[in-house]
Amino acid sequence: MAMAAPLTLHLLLALLLGSSGPSRAEPERDSLREELVLTPLPSGDVSATFQFRTRWDSELQHEGGTNHHFLRYAVLPREVVCTENLTPWKKLLPCSSKAGLSVLLKAERLFHTSYHSQAVHIRPVCRDSHCTSISWELRQTLTVVFDAYTTGQGKKDWSLFRMFSRTITEACPLASQSHVYVDISKNSQDNVTLEVSPPPKSTYQAVVLGVRRTYAVYDLLNPATFSGSRSLNLQLRWKQQQDSGGHLVPFLHAQRYVSGYGLQTGELSTILHNTHPYRAFPVLLLEIVPWYLRLYIHTLTITTKGKENKPSYIHYQPAQDRLRPHLLEMLIQLPANSVTKVSIQFERALLKWTEYTPDPNHGFYVSPSVLSALVPNLVGTKPTNWEESPLFSTMFPISDSSSHFVRLYTEPLLVNLPTPDFSMPYNVICLTCTVVAVCYGSFYNLLTRTFHLEEPKRSRLVRWLANIIRRIRGVPPL
Amino acid sequence: MGLLLDSHRRRALARLLLRLNTPLCVVSYMAGVIWFLGLAFSPLTQNTYISENAMGSTMVEEQFEGGEHALSYARDFIAQRRKTGSLPVTWLERTMRSVGLEVYSQSFSRTLPFPDETHERYMVSGTNVYGILRAPRAASTESLVLIVPSSPGTLNAQAVGLLLSLATYFRSQIYWAKDIIFLVTEHDLLGTEAWLEAYHDVNITGMQSSPLRGRAGAIQAAVALELNSDVVTSLDVAVEGLNGQLPNLDLLNLFHAFCQKEALLCTLQGKLQHSDWASLGGSLHGLQTLMLMVLRQASGRPHGPHGLFLRYHVEAITLRGINSFRQYKYDMTSVGKTLEGMFRKLNNLLERLHQSYFFYLLPSLSRFVSIGLYMPAIGFLLFIPGLKALELWVKLNKVDFGPEDRSGLNHSPPQLIGQENRGVALTPLVAPVLISQATGLALYLLPVMGQHVAAQHFPVAEAEAVVLTLLAIYVAGLALPHSTHRVVSTSPRGPDSGWMALKLLALLYLALQLGCISLFNFSLGFLLAVTMVPAAALTQPSGPRLLYAVLLVLVSPGATLLGSLFLWRELQEAPLTLAEGWQLFLSALAQGVLDHHLYGALLFPLLALGLYPCWLLFWNVLFWK
Repeated sequence: MAMAAPLTLHLLLALLLGSSGPSRAEPERDSLREELVLTPLPSGDVSATFQFRTRWDSELQHEGGTNHHFLRYAVLPREVVCTENLTPWKKLLPCSSKAGLSVLLKAERLFHTSYHSQAVHIRPVCRDSHCTSISWELRQTLTVVFDAYTTGQGKKDWSLFRMFSRTITEACPLASQSHVYVDISKNSQDNVTLEVSPPPKSTYQAVVLGVRRTYAVYDLLNPATFSGSRSLNLQLRWKQQQDSGGHLVPFLHAQRYVSGYGLQTGELSTILHNTHPYRAFPVLLLEIVPWYLRLYIHTLTITTKGKENKPSYIHYQPAQDRLRPHLLEMLIQLPANSVTKVSIQFERALLKWTEYTPDPNHGFYVSPSVLSALVPNLVGTKPTNWEESPLFSTMFPISDSSSHFVRLYTEPLLVNLPTPDFSMPYNVICLTCTVVAVCYGSFYNLLTRTFHLEEPKRSRLVRWLANIIRRIRGVPPL
Repeated sequence: MGLLLDSHRRRALARLLLRLNTPLCVVSYMAGVIWFLGLAFSPLTQNTYISENAMGSTMVEEQFEGGEHALSYARDFIAQRRKTGSLPVTWLERTMRSVGLEVYSQSFSRTLPFPDETHERYMVSGTNVYGILRAPRAASTESLVLIVPSSPGTLNAQAVGLLLSLATYFRSQIYWAKDIIFLVTEHDLLGTEAWLEAYHDVNITGMQSSPLRGRAGAIQAAVALELNSDVVTSLDVAVEGLNGQLPNLDLLNLFHAFCQKEALLCTLQGKLQHSDWASLGGSLHGLQTLMLMVLRQASGRPHGPHGLFLRYHVEAITLRGINSFRQYKYDMTSVGKTLEGMFRKLNNLLERLHQSYFFYLLPSLSRFVSIGLYMPAIGFLLFIPGLKALELWVKLNKVDFGPEDRSGLNHSPPQLIGQENRGVALTPLVAPVLISQATGLALYLLPVMGQHVAAQHFPVAEAEAVVLTLLAIYVAGLALPHSTHRVVSTSPRGPDSGWMALKLLALLYLALQLGCISLFNFSLGFLLAVTMVPAAALTQPSGPRLLYAVLLVLVSPGATLLGSLFLWRELQEAPLTLAEGWQLFLSALAQGVLDHHLYGALLFPLLALGLYPCWLLFWNVLFWK
């Protein structure tokens, strides 16, 4: 798979309140833009990204400045996206799945893929340059990667029909823009050419992930697109079969794992790769670790090329049991063409027995760490007008001419905590321990005390009674 | 408690204990041995059953048809292997990549503490190749491992072929929820150890290896496969791991379930299951299998690559294809179907395997003895040193009229009321205990440390030097009583109190050690207890000393090892001659030391630092003056 960035599947809801950077004045109201980007990967897989953007005016007034107290971040690392997430997501679309690009969103095809990612972004955007009134923007994205091996029976030629078992017949009537982009740029190492049919009317060039790409553009609002037949069935054909060895490696990628064995201690390791040939860049690493992994912050080590790499900024908020997770934020400089290892040791806490999940032996999830970085480009670009350019180019926004913003999520981790055996033997062990404890007490008593034989002292009443009996029996009294 | 608090009853109890001590010991020993032998018979064994619900109810339909494909991969592998002379790493990487896996390799090297003559290796370097099949739309948090060891001696070409063929088939399926790692290791266990240590990013054994670049989360289960022929007559399963650890019984049950489903012939310890379990013959057959398992578990060696996974809490078994002269053969497809079924069931797991037993003995594949039923056997045996120690304690307190010695070590509570307080003099015991422990330490350290010196001064190779030094120190320990007596001044408390105190201490030490060992490795604990306990109980410096000496030598840890080797081969129906036995003994010694250094096996330090010094204490008792 050419998407070497760790494939994390998680449900992330980011609600950002606050101004969202410089956006153009006077956006169109209640406007829908939809687009589909197809990227054939060198391995033969195809990545398809849908983007839908809706904007509407709102009476909700927006206070100036971002209040950081309202920033929230939450992760459900256990949750895997499935059809029950897709249906409500589709209902948010103005055309639902009745017309436009959304007719391609058939669950049985989308979940027969090797990668699936779904997102909803809501944010306020300024309506004018002074930001006196705002609009709301809802952006929905869905990315799937079709696997050439399982879905394509080994063939690397693709068509819309083979991918989605549907073709496009029209744009969504509500859409102001509706485009399909196909990545037809040549990979530098192999001179493989890709043939797209029907031939595109126009092409578009953009810098994505720091590399210049060329896209074939199909405008669905243009009736000429459907001129040949009633529907658009895009076909991709590789001109020559190539070896799938050539991998596109992104400049920044990361890997995370738990090391060590046993149920007492362990180590969280994150490995950050900077594969950029000559530029170093800083990375902001955010780790949120549940309290039941007790981090030993003094064991935090960051090494690059065998040497210690001191982070230029560390923010650490220790956990409180059952209240708050650990929060660790670091700004780390990654030298060019290097591998950096960030590791920190932890101890596994013993939970109260009611705190275990119903399946305690499955393990407990640790959320992915988040990497945010301005990654340098290989080619320079001029700042573009966001409103004019296609939606996909804002996925990795270019901050200035030389770098683009990337946010990566590493894989979630599964950590086993010391777990009692919640079954019949557990009860037996509890019972046995109680019995042993009782016996132990008496034995300990017996071994540590000194015993003296003493004549039993009788109380006055007993002696009086005994004397009466003795008198009756005719024996001398005591 | 009231019984012990009352002094009169206590005295009566002590008297009873003294009078009935010997019969009680004999009865207890008999009970222990008979209980153990009875483990293979029906009231003590239970039928196995799958406890894990996630694997139980849903039967899968196996559709693997790549047997021929596997054989062609195997032929290619052999050809490539011949061409390169070592593991054909590039060919494996290319093939795995063409199948559609994410392929990585890892190189490792290890210099052994001394040359390994059995495997003919000293400075080892090799490469492991593994491919990861990523589960679609999952986050790589869990994985399963299929591992094939390939070393110059046993190529396992057919296993590599089947692995590749299974990878091809698995890749085209959509139902995987866990990643699957297909791993081919070089230099059998060394490669496996290197890979496991790198995967968990630890270094326990001083292995040098390159870090792994691809991981797939927490490993849930592993299956190791060894096949060396195109067709098999049966599949043998090995469960015993490092230090006698066993995988969860459910994994074995799973294998057994698929054996029955595919109508494969499956064996345990190389023994087929007896058709009629209820008959005497069936039970005796079961006992034979059980004894083999006990011997293998007691050795503490990993009996296959799976044994190393157990340390990391990964349930694992090794499957070995056997090709004998039996008429009916199974092809690769049926073996592949068994593996497919197992992996699909393991894929269904929601939690780690934990429902079933971790401590068990197996008289056959379909029956098992649980920990609750076999522990009484060793309980009876460990009762004897306890009884004997009690007897000595009581005797010491009656015979002895010395002044009360209350040193820090003295744990004697004042005894019976109305008598003077008496204790055990511990000072005379310090010398023998220290000297014995020092001998144990020398036994543990010197053979490996002094191998070069020995090889320089004597015309032997390093490996021989290690074994011979080991034996020399072991035997030299027998001469110790003479030297210890020079140090020990005569006890002021009468003629017998010295050896009695020493024997008391030695008995308690022995009972403690055997108790601890039997908790984590019942087989080892039982084997040692059944030999050492009676001799330890009998030993005293009066009576037929020569007989006691012979008995004590026969039950020393080294002699037990030699005896176990003969018994093992006898049970396998391949008896040893004396010369062969001796050769095997020498190589077992070397392997034991190597296992400790290479994989962290605990048997050697346990014997050298714990049981041998303890045994020396008894030897001291025997030659007490």
